[in-house]
Amino acid sequence: MTGFTTHLGTAAPLDQANVDTDQIIPKQFLKGVTRTGYGKHLFHDWRYLDLHEQELNPEFSLNKPEYQGASILLARENFGCGSSREHAPWALDDFGFSVVIATSFADIFYGNCINNQLLPISLPNSEMDVLFNAVKENPETQIYIDLPNQKVKFADSEFQFDIAEHHKSNLIKGLDAIGQTLELDDKILQYEENALTWLR
Amino acid sequence: MAKSLYDKIWQAHVVDQLGDDSLIYIDRHLIHEVTSPQAFSGLNEKGRKVRRPEKTFATMDHSISTRSLAIDACGPENQLQLQTLANNCKEHGIELFPVGHQKQGIVHVIGPELGLILPGMTVVCGDSHTATHGAFGALAFGIGTSQVEHVFATQTLKQSKAKSMLINVDGKLPVGITAKDIILAIIGKIGHAGATGYVIEYAGEAIRNLSMEERMTICNMSIEAGAKAGFIAPDDTTFEYIKGREYAPSGESWEKAIAYWKTLHSDDGAQFDMVVELAAQDITPQITWGTNPGQVTGVTNTVPAPEDFSDPIDRESAIKALAYMDLKPGTKLTDISVNNVFIGSCTNSRIEDLRAAAVIAKKGKVAKGVTAIVVPGSVTVKKQAEDENLHQIFIDAGFEWRLPGCSMCLGMNDDILKAGDRCASTSNRNFEGRQGRGARTHLVSPAMAAAAAITGHFTDVRDL
Repeated sequence: MTGFTTHLGTAAPLDQANVDTDQIIPKQFLKGVTRTGYGKHLFHDWRYLDLHEQELNPEFSLNKPEYQGASILLARENFGCGSSREHAPWALDDFGFSVVIATSFADIFYGNCINNQLLPISLPNSEMDVLFNAVKENPETQIYIDLPNQKVKFADSEFQFDIAEHHKSNLIKGLDAIGQTLELDDKILQYEENALTWLR
Repeated sequence: MAKSLYDKIWQAHVVDQLGDDSLIYIDRHLIHEVTSPQAFSGLNEKGRKVRRPEKTFATMDHSISTRSLAIDACGPENQLQLQTLANNCKEHGIELFPVGHQKQGIVHVIGPELGLILPGMTVVCGDSHTATHGAFGALAFGIGTSQVEHVFATQTLKQSKAKSMLINVDGKLPVGITAKDIILAIIGKIGHAGATGYVIEYAGEAIRNLSMEERMTICNMSIEAGAKAGFIAPDDTTFEYIKGREYAPSGESWEKAIAYWKTLHSDDGAQFDMVVELAAQDITPQITWGTNPGQVTGVTNTVPAPEDFSDPIDRESAIKALAYMDLKPGTKLTDISVNNVFIGSCTNSRIEDLRAAAVIAKKGKVAKGVTAIVVPGSVTVKKQAEDENLHQIFIDAGFEWRLPGCSMCLGMNDDILKAGDRCASTSNRNFEGRQGRGARTHLVSPAMAAAAAITGHFTDVRDL
């Protein structure tokens, strides 16, 4: 996996709280056995007026001409709540998003993003307001994400964001998490040898 | 220093400390067809093996039909997914309970039923309702597919310790109030994201008095408040449930295990980052009116108005939810009609749930225009219900009696609602489109679902 350091792109606003993973990718699209091809079904119920994905809903933000080509998604509180389906970050990534900036994220979804090199950024609601306004006023607003320095820069604004050091480091280095753990094999073995007898 | 139950289980599972993260050993891994195929293919691409296949158990539940045992009953895509699971389990030496097997059922029903879940264990599954197993005093949580692959290869996970929340439900539960009502009332109180970043320990007299199946219902919905996990300290009720189950320890191991399990409780003076108190006597039968499980109220109430919420986010969510649910503020909940009833899911498909629903089903017939299905959680539950003749009570009342599976909880199969359908459901999520695009879901207890089935509208089960 290649690492994530900086990103420059435009954003699409999805201005609502509690966007759950059933909305991000509904269950009928979880029947695949691969990690690819979910982008066309992203936000299916909101994005399409029909079940067969022929007719786009012109009212839905992501379908508006001014937000085409956006690589950053803006949302509000508790983004990605509900089901643990990793198909949600796969769909966002496949659609073309590299970053999701929201007021807050559900835990499992957040971890799934990190494991897929999709950067989840939390900003306080007041800063999200500034970001939403900037993008709604000028959809061409270029947003620069600097992960090493934990900054979001656009127009005249610059916001600092928090991210756990190990998440940041994994994203930047793009490391194979399993490969890293396998290097600790002697410690795992030692743990197993000392485990409670009925759990060995 | 006084330790919480969470501290104790956590510390017992640290393999290595990696900066802020701990490498945690996983004692039990449960898998199903939807979230495992990509994990197996990841392993195969790198030429890796499943480290401890005997700690992993697989079942088929999400993508299967509850009308037929045929693996292709829900079409070629579902069939491919199910076949892929079977192939992967065979290749990697994992025990699988496929459709038609005597031990098959919903992953969170069969785990406990088989004695695969024990106090103090760490349990994971690529499914957000894994917290169910916290009922045994296990640290159980849902994971993504990349993490499933990590557990396959290493039997560990990198984790940061979450914050801890203690939820005390004190006093005695009034007659007619169930575990489902307790957990919905909790989520209503703390909110749909109220426990994000936390693990919850449920305690108090009302929790202590619950059976294991009721405790599973409580822990199951921890994720619906955003919690990573939810658990209840093990006690004699727990030990009695586990004893003699197929995969449970026995003989000398049992004695040793019991001695250890008795140490698994939060010490007096243990610190929690947050404490929430509820009085059991205040809890009434709960019904969700909105599109997340926190949008819930008592059956005797009316549909709230957006203005009732002081928080602007809650107000905005209420406007959107009421539009989707096609409900008007001020409508009495008991005036809301349903045309579908679903009794099942990992939340409420165990034998006690079916018994509770059958007591109500006996009092009438499924109302005209209502389709009502009962989906037992496992082959074992189905057999037990049939031995008790519960299936006949349901069938005589006009309910459909189905085969075990996840069914209409998420509709990845042939149990799916149409746009505009309104369902009283014993499942765990009332998200937009969860049971079918444009369909409206109200979460309730099994007794309340059965009551809605026979009256055709929500009814206070205490009045029947």
